Amino acid sequence: MNKIVAGLLFGLTLGALDGATAWFYPEARPMLTSIMIGSSIKGMIVGLFSGWFARKVQSTRWGIVVGSALGLLFAFFVAAMDASKGQPHYLEIMLPGFVVGAIIGFLTQRVGSRDLASQRTL
Amino acid sequence: MELSDSVLDHLRRVAALPDLSGTRYELEGEIGRGGMGIVYAARDRVLDRHVALKVLDLTPAGEAQLIAALEHPAIVPVYEAGTLLDGREFYAMKLIRGARLDQYVARQSTLAERLRLIWRVGEALAYAHSHGIIHRDLKPQNVMVGEFGEIYVMDWGVKAIAGTPAFRAPEIVLDQRSDIYALGALLRFLLPEPNPPALGAIAAKAMNADPAARYPEVPALLADIERFEQGMAVEAWPEPLWHRLRRFASRNAVLLWLLAAYTFAKFLIFFLRKF
Repeated sequence: MNKIVAGLLFGLTLGALDGATAWFYPEARPMLTSIMIGSSIKGMIVGLFSGWFARKVQSTRWGIVVGSALGLLFAFFVAAMDASKGQPHYLEIMLPGFVVGAIIGFLTQRVGSRDLASQRTL
Repeated sequence: MELSDSVLDHLRRVAALPDLSGTRYELEGEIGRGGMGIVYAARDRVLDRHVALKVLDLTPAGEAQLIAALEHPAIVPVYEAGTLLDGREFYAMKLIRGARLDQYVARQSTLAERLRLIWRVGEALAYAHSHGIIHRDLKPQNVMVGEFGEIYVMDWGVKAIAGTPAFRAPEIVLDQRSDIYALGALLRFLLPEPNPPALGAIAAKAMNADPAARYPEVPALLADIERFEQGMAVEAWPEPLWHRLRRFASRNAVLLWLLAAYTFAKFLIFFLRKF
């Protein structure tokens, strides 16, 4: 399994789990399925880029930094879309998205095979 | 004319020195005494380099041929073998400048460095075993650490050598597992006090009185040391649950911190929304 596939799988799983925590908010329960799908897609995109980065750069620290930055960025897009509907939840979406991105960035550094032709170590 | 004791001692020492006439070497002084002879520092006049010259006192038992058959970075290369005018056999080898392992570790206290030394010795042993040769007398005094940290395993044994008690396996007939016993004893010698239980268990398994209960080969012992270095469970030690948990936490500290951060963030958001 290469790092991009690993990133996609971790992103899908962690994104779905993160979305599932919306169950703890009664007002969000009716939208649980769409939240989980959206969160999974967000996670997969973060995983895709984190996996690509992990193939190029071997550094746990930079993997976490890039993963958390990507998580924060895509969580911001999701929160902005949410806000456009008149219900801003920036903190609720961006804070966990930031940490989930960091976890995905970490895991893509640890799991999966790398593209040996273009590796660098920071 | 009477000679003083100091003059007599000097004459005895000079008389005991080997006569190197007829060879390309110039004697510089005694370095040490091995199991089968005396090692001298000498200068190779032809190539103008310093060498170690081992002069054997016993009937030659193929020691030079034995070592020359082993070409490995951790085994001292033999340059030449020959016979002195007095009939004694000698062989010239690379002169190692550095310290004996026991002296070196007195200055180097890190566990990682000590395990690196064991690794290098183990690799040399594994190489020799793959050529059907066993050391027979592995001990700290027979391992040299060069100026750049390189390792040399010296005094490869011949059948006349019985081994050193603290490092010698109890069995009468020595084989590869006897070297594994000695490597375990060397590991135990190198471990700091208090030693990590997993490493103590590896040494104990290698030093089991029953050869069949030891590691079957050197690479298996080295693999167990590598598992320890990577924070994994070692074969030699059925670790208690608390130790396993601690090792897991140590290996996955970053991931556990990230998961804790996520949980904290979720709790924070959950309780903040009430205000």
